[in-house]
Amino acid sequence: MNPSVDALRATFGNTIGRAEESCGDTIVYVARGPLREVLAWLRDTPEQGYDYLVDVTAVEYRDRERPLEVVYFLRSLARRVDLRVKVELDPSGELAVDSVVPLWRGADWLEREVYDMFGVTFRGHPDLRRILMWETYAEGYPLRKDFPLRGRFSRAEQVRQALAANPEAHYSLEELPIAEAFDELPPEMKERLRKGERGKVPYSE
Amino acid sequence: MKRVLETKEVAGQSPNYLLAKVQDLVDWAVNASRANSLWPMPFGTACCAIEFMATAASRYDFARFGMERQAFSPRQADVLICAGRLPFKLAPVIRRIYDQMPQPKWVISMGACASTGGIFDNYAMVQGIDTIVPVDVYVPGCPPRPEGLLYGVLLLHKKIRGESLFDRVPRRDEQPLDERGLRLSPEQIDELSEPFGNSIHQFRSA
Repeated sequence: MNPSVDALRATFGNTIGRAEESCGDTIVYVARGPLREVLAWLRDTPEQGYDYLVDVTAVEYRDRERPLEVVYFLRSLARRVDLRVKVELDPSGELAVDSVVPLWRGADWLEREVYDMFGVTFRGHPDLRRILMWETYAEGYPLRKDFPLRGRFSRAEQVRQALAANPEAHYSLEELPIAEAFDELPPEMKERLRKGERGKVPYSE
Repeated sequence: MKRVLETKEVAGQSPNYLLAKVQDLVDWAVNASRANSLWPMPFGTACCAIEFMATAASRYDFARFGMERQAFSPRQADVLICAGRLPFKLAPVIRRIYDQMPQPKWVISMGACASTGGIFDNYAMVQGIDTIVPVDVYVPGCPPRPEGLLYGVLLLHKKIRGESLFDRVPRRDEQPLDERGLRLSPEQIDELSEPFGNSIHQFRSA
């Protein structure tokens, strides 16, 4: 068992739930409320030092009684230790947890993926949109257990909606970070981008 | 001309006989040129693209059959080879590419996934690219071996040699999407997308 669990219990008391070991990895359950404080403590306390967020994902079990879990895979690069932190959410209630993007910038797309596939809302996420499915996707959240394997709409409707999408909308210049840096680009590159056929360049004449 | 008309072969034939012969000659010349210098546009999305690359590389080398130049631009291509599964997110992309290709154009659907959806009978995958673009040759296999793709290319050659400039075959015309934004009717798409019956029982709520 990872000694971080005892340290967590000593610091956060009974907001830390049960802990178990699976295949050599320690899993610790944390209440939803103080989640961000717990993760920040794990990251910033020198003797913990979990500075790397490997992955954020979610699990829904076939047993409808079991809660949906959001899983954070943490790793301390210096100490070479892993810790898995789980939050349990009641699927019948509000599926929302605090975003950890303020702690790890890399959580941005990971949380978007969990939102896209499971419908979990991350409070405080800077840009919570679908990431794998297109943004107008209306059939629901594909990895939820109540989602039929072939989707909710008929195949014809799926084809119609797919063909109605504009393939260039996903890659518009507005969406790329380069649009924010437009003012700092060299003049000839600005000129080239202005003449580009794709997207709209902000701040251009 | 008069001497030709009086020869033994031509005398007694229909007056259209010579015209038909000329048409045949033109067709032969045009089709032979087209078939023997196809410019493929590879649209590789999955493992079939690996076999496609093997087909293009030196051991199998489809340049032997005139596909010397691979066009990575749809405007300079006449065969679209869809190698691999096609998710719904890529459906408007392959349709755009198909629309950008100049006539005459052909499509080879390479592999089980491109042809039918294959094992990916799920919410994210197009069940056969023929619901998006018209397909000329289906190459089965998962993935097809390079010999399979070469056989498909040779079948396409055969198909091209059978075409005629003087027939207004419907597929010669542009095939725009209808007012619903679909290539086929919704009933046809649903029917094409039905599973083959070897998958486990699954329900669809709509």
